[in-house]
Formats: sequence, C-alpha cells, structure tokens
Amino acid sequence: MLTELFGQDDAAILQRWMDNQLAGSGFRPDRISRAELQENATQFLSAFRRALSSGSTDIHGADWAAVRHVLDVLSASRAERGFSPSETATFIFSLKQPLFDRIRGLHEKDGVKLADTTWEINQILDKLGLYTAEVFQRSRDAIIARQQQEVLELSTPVVALWDGILALPLIGTLDSARTQIVMETLLQRIVDSGAAIAIIDITGVPTVDTLTAQHLLKTVAAARLMGADCIISGIRPQIAQTIVHLGVELGSVVTKATLADAFRVALQRTGLAVQKQLPHERKPPAERDRTSGGSEA
Amino acid sequence: MPVLISATHGIHTPEDVVAVRQAVRQRAVELGFNLVDQTKLVTAASELARNTLQYGGGGAVLIEGIGDGLRRGLRLTFEDKGPGIADIDEALRGGFSTAGGLGLGLSGARRLSNEFQIESRPGEGTRVTITRWR
Repeated sequence: MLTELFGQDDAAILQRWMDNQLAGSGFRPDRISRAELQENATQFLSAFRRALSSGSTDIHGADWAAVRHVLDVLSASRAERGFSPSETATFIFSLKQPLFDRIRGLHEKDGVKLADTTWEINQILDKLGLYTAEVFQRSRDAIIARQQQEVLELSTPVVALWDGILALPLIGTLDSARTQIVMETLLQRIVDSGAAIAIIDITGVPTVDTLTAQHLLKTVAAARLMGADCIISGIRPQIAQTIVHLGVELGSVVTKATLADAFRVALQRTGLAVQKQLPHERKPPAERDRTSGGSEA
Repeated sequence: MPVLISATHGIHTPEDVVAVRQAVRQRAVELGFNLVDQTKLVTAASELARNTLQYGGGGAVLIEGIGDGLRRGLRLTFEDKGPGIADIDEALRGGFSTAGGLGLGLSGARRLSNEFQIESRPGEGTRVTITRWR
C-alpha cells in the first residue's frame, strides 16, 4: 500500500518538502546551505523509498538501515552545528504534508484507504522523527563529554616559574575528578623537573570548603613525600575567614596571600634573590637580550 | 517571617552541588550580602549539599530570601530521606566522619551561619536549616 506513494513525480514531493523546510522555523540559513539541505533531502527520500518498498515498517530493522544511516549523519552534524532538537526533528516532520497530499491524491475516492494509509505513514514518520531526536541527544552528550575532558586537561597547567620552582594556578571547582588529575600532573612534573618547591595558587577557586581543603592537604602531603615543598597562595580575605570558621587546620603548610609573595618565599628558599639594577649598571638592550636569565643574582 | 523569594534545587549528582553553590551565591548577591558573608553562606551550602548527597543519598534544598521591615536574610533548608544521623551531638562535635572526610562539614556549616537547626531520625532522613542575616 505504501509503495504506491512513490514512483511517479517524486520530484514534486521533494520540491514540496524542500519548500516546507525552507519556509519553516527549522531552517537556519546561517548554519546550513540550501544545497546541503537539498542533498540531505534527496538522500533521505531515496533511502526512504527503498525501505518502504521492502514492505517492512519496523524502522529499527535491517531494511531501514540505510534510512537510519542518513539520519545518523544528519543529526550528528546538526548537533555539532548548534541546531536545536526540534529544528533537527523538523527535517522529518515537514515531510508529512507532501506525503499526506500525495495519499489524498491517490485515494481520493476511498475514505477507509485514505485514513489507513495516512495513519501508517504518520506512525513511521513519527518514529523517524523521534529517532533523529535520540541520535541528536546522543551526539550532544558525546560533545559534552569530550569538552569536559578537554576542560579537565586544559584547566590544570603546571608552569615552571624558575629552575626548581613550579606553579599550579587552579581555576574553578575542585571536584574529585579534577583534583585527581591536578595531583597526578603536579607529582609527575615534580619528578620530571626535580623541582624543590611547588606553588599552588587558588586565586581562581571560588569556594574553599572542607572537601577542597582536604584535597589540597592531600596534594601537599603527596608532594612532600616526593621531596618537594608546597606553598599555597591566593588566599583571599573572605576565604581566610571562612577557613577559620570551618575549623580546618592547615598545619605546617606555608600559605601566602598572593602568588608574588609565594614566589618571593620560593626564591629565598632556593637561595635566589631579585635585585634592582642601578641605571649605570644596566647593559644596552641588545646585549641584555642575549644574556638570558635577567636579574638573577 | 515573610518569605521574599524561594526556589528548590534537587541534589542528586556532584554537579548539583556546584549548581546549589551558584544559586546560593546569586541569591546572596541579590539580597545585598557582602563578600565575606556571601563566601560563608556559599561554603556552608557546599558542605550541607555534599552531606545531603553523600550521606543522605540525595535530596533537595529550599533556598528562601526572608525578611521583615528591619532585616533580611537567606534561609537554606536541606532535606533528605537517607539513613539519618545516629548521634547528632557526635556529628556536630567536629573531627568525626564516617566517610573519611575531615569531619568538619556539619560543625563548620553551623559556625558559618547565624541560626542552625538539625532534625534527624534514624531511618527517616535528615533536615538541616541554616539562616544567615545581613
């Protein structure tokens, strides 16, 4: 019954469908070109037609594999481009009107057949529409998971401030997953560089509660076992007051208000000092550039 | 005490704890709390939200801005249907933890707020209410 839908003047169905999509709110000229939409629609229609001719209406069956493949690619690419789920599902739902019109043309005289065929095609299109929404959601989830991973890695940089002095500027929430990566990265860098001092800067950590404090203390203890001393810097006044109220004991951990203060302590401990040069001692710029190391004394 | 604004947030994942912190901070800013009080409130909320998740098996928090003509405050009510606390006095003493934490969350939250109430029955759940006045 459904196979009769196609076979003559398929171009008209495609044309009507395209018109519906271009006119509807689901069309995003900023995200997808007309030519690409036309290609998607043509591919879908030819796969859809073959699937219908198999006689099967189970869209999760083998006969519909080609249709699902077209929708997989389409939904994933739309999720990447920032379409909304309804904009994506509209691709399928806007096909209803041209197909219903075609059915009406075929069974104009037979009310029962008209109703039956319409209901059948409606069910299939609804399932396909839901399928696109599901694939879309899965693609979104995959994108979010990937970005979370990227943020995890991006947000834990360990930088060398000087020979033997590392700094770890922490930004954002210190949950368990992130703290684990932070600790591992820091300990690995301590091994690689043989650093004696690591400065953990928490200027960018909005809330320091007991769990965050515990994570920090564990990181400091682990670094100490590796032979490196830690300084915690970036403790703002409101954080200091809160830590006192919480009753957290930082014990023997050295803490400083700013990263600059912590760096000064680190330099002292490693026997270095920053010295200001008098004007007559300054070398000409060209010469100064060649001698790297700056004002170390 | 008239309630000016109120909102409920579910606490079922570690991400929800972050969301609760952000919601409390936003409300505290709206009510005109200074930076130190904002930080205290947010930290107390973080401790209690994590307790709700970790010990209560998840629950919800009711965030209310309250006030009469004279003063304004933020009231947070954390509720779970978990196993409850067997010995509240011990849990409040500090340094006591059944899960390897520092054991300072509950006592810390009490010190960070102006008013603190806890009700808990073994097997029925726990409700903690804290209020901080501006």
